[in-house]
Amino acid sequence: MEHFVFTHNAKWAIVILYSIIAFLMAAVKIGQTVFKKDLENLWIRLKSFFVIVLLFTLAFCFNKITAFIFLALISYLCFKEFVSLIPTRKTDRNVLIWAYWSIPVTYYIIYTHWATLFYLFIPLYMFMLLSVRMVISGNTQGFLKNLAVMQYGLMTTVYALGYLGLIAIIPMENNPQAGAVGLLFYILVLTVSNDFMQMFCGKLFGKHKIIPNVSPNKTWEGFIGGVIGTSGLSVLMGYFLTPFTIWQSAFAGAVLAVCGFFGDVTMSAIKRDLGVKDTSTLIPGHGGILDRLDSLLFTAPLFFHYFAYTYTIIITRGT
Amino acid sequence: MFFQKFFKYLFFLFIIKPYIYLILGVNVKGAENLPKVSMQPSIIVANHNSHVDTLLLMSLFSPSQILKIHPVAAADYFCNTKLKSFLFKTLIGLIPIKRKIGKTTKEELFREINDALRSGETIIIYPEGTRGNDNSIQSFKSGVSHIAAMNPDIPVIPIYINGPDRILPKGAFLWVPFIADVYISEPIKYDGTPTRVFTERIKAAVEALKEEHQRREEL
Repeated sequence: MEHFVFTHNAKWAIVILYSIIAFLMAAVKIGQTVFKKDLENLWIRLKSFFVIVLLFTLAFCFNKITAFIFLALISYLCFKEFVSLIPTRKTDRNVLIWAYWSIPVTYYIIYTHWATLFYLFIPLYMFMLLSVRMVISGNTQGFLKNLAVMQYGLMTTVYALGYLGLIAIIPMENNPQAGAVGLLFYILVLTVSNDFMQMFCGKLFGKHKIIPNVSPNKTWEGFIGGVIGTSGLSVLMGYFLTPFTIWQSAFAGAVLAVCGFFGDVTMSAIKRDLGVKDTSTLIPGHGGILDRLDSLLFTAPLFFHYFAYTYTIIITRGT
Repeated sequence: MFFQKFFKYLFFLFIIKPYIYLILGVNVKGAENLPKVSMQPSIIVANHNSHVDTLLLMSLFSPSQILKIHPVAAADYFCNTKLKSFLFKTLIGLIPIKRKIGKTTKEELFREINDALRSGETIIIYPEGTRGNDNSIQSFKSGVSHIAAMNPDIPVIPIYINGPDRILPKGAFLWVPFIADVYISEPIKYDGTPTRVFTERIKAAVEALKEEHQRREEL
């Protein structure tokens, strides 16, 4: 049974994350009981966040198989939310079953370290397979539109999220001080904290709307605050968790902040198109899982390719 | 009786509830209107498009409450063989009802339902009388109003379900995962009006829930 390597640095990073969550939860509880503030909403959000972090840690601590099953489950939940939102025709049910099966296949491919096939599987082979299945169904009314929407769903919820699995198999030699766990921790924490910082800076200083037709709450001040804050945090975390130099870390942070922003507003545009506020009610206080992972859909692939550009990653098959 | 309850409990706890919540997923609106089945009986009324409807509605309750819920189902479909009858009565706890009314009296026809309601159990009934084909609400049969009229202090709870028509439509065998939406309206009590009027009132409540579902949310 293969396990993930938790180095000294990775362990400390996880301990610090839990301490921060515990501190925030304690602060909210004190605010509720001592200062009688109405923080119930914040409390529910924090609790959900804690549960997600806990599930992530447990899945990755146990062994490699549980971690990949966990990631596949996240993709499954995201894809299910996506197809539940879009209108489908009755004949699309048969096509959708094939799309669903691509999820375990994708994660199995990553699990076997076959990176090349992963790069091609959904963009090329699923693209062809879905077309073939839909042709066999024989319903040409809305053929192109339904096919394209389904492919979009697979690209975002399975292909883009699959990059988390690909980051998880980056070999130890590429990142001796924290390993793949450190890199995953780095990307997940930066993506979430970027969301938070953009919202926080937007609330504090927000004046000029950045993209009013899609997301009226997003401001230039929030965006710039997010980019600066995320770069700063990236330099700090990058020093302990990645092999990046200071400038590489700062640049990675800025790239993640910009992509995270675009991932967020892309999902907003989709939701606006479909006329829904939240993608589901799965996570109490947060909405659906797609609402929460929207930024990650863009940051995970970009981070992997940035890392692969700076350091040659050699993923060998067979393990 | 114990044997029956035991299997129904396990069936829902370990198979149906995990399947509904983990594999399919449910968004519930108006959960506060959901009756405390252990406290008082009620008549749950919903639109009907798929066999999933029943499993979905029952899964909204805790396993111990599910023991007190009985879906009313067509005898000619679910109980036409001994094996089917035994399975559905044991695992789901359904109450069969004849769709073709012969020369039986009203009391005789609804006897099992009335017995259940009077002993504090809850029933689920689909007044459309059969599964729809395209997720539209067909006309309601008045049986539900007769039941309500015979038990005037038991509340009727209208529910609109969206989604099961995609998960397992009528005539399909392939289950495809989708998230279902369940909208629960405030309870209605029988008000002494003619049964046809009361049936329309229940239908209007279900249709109002459908409109709520179809309304675009302001972002």
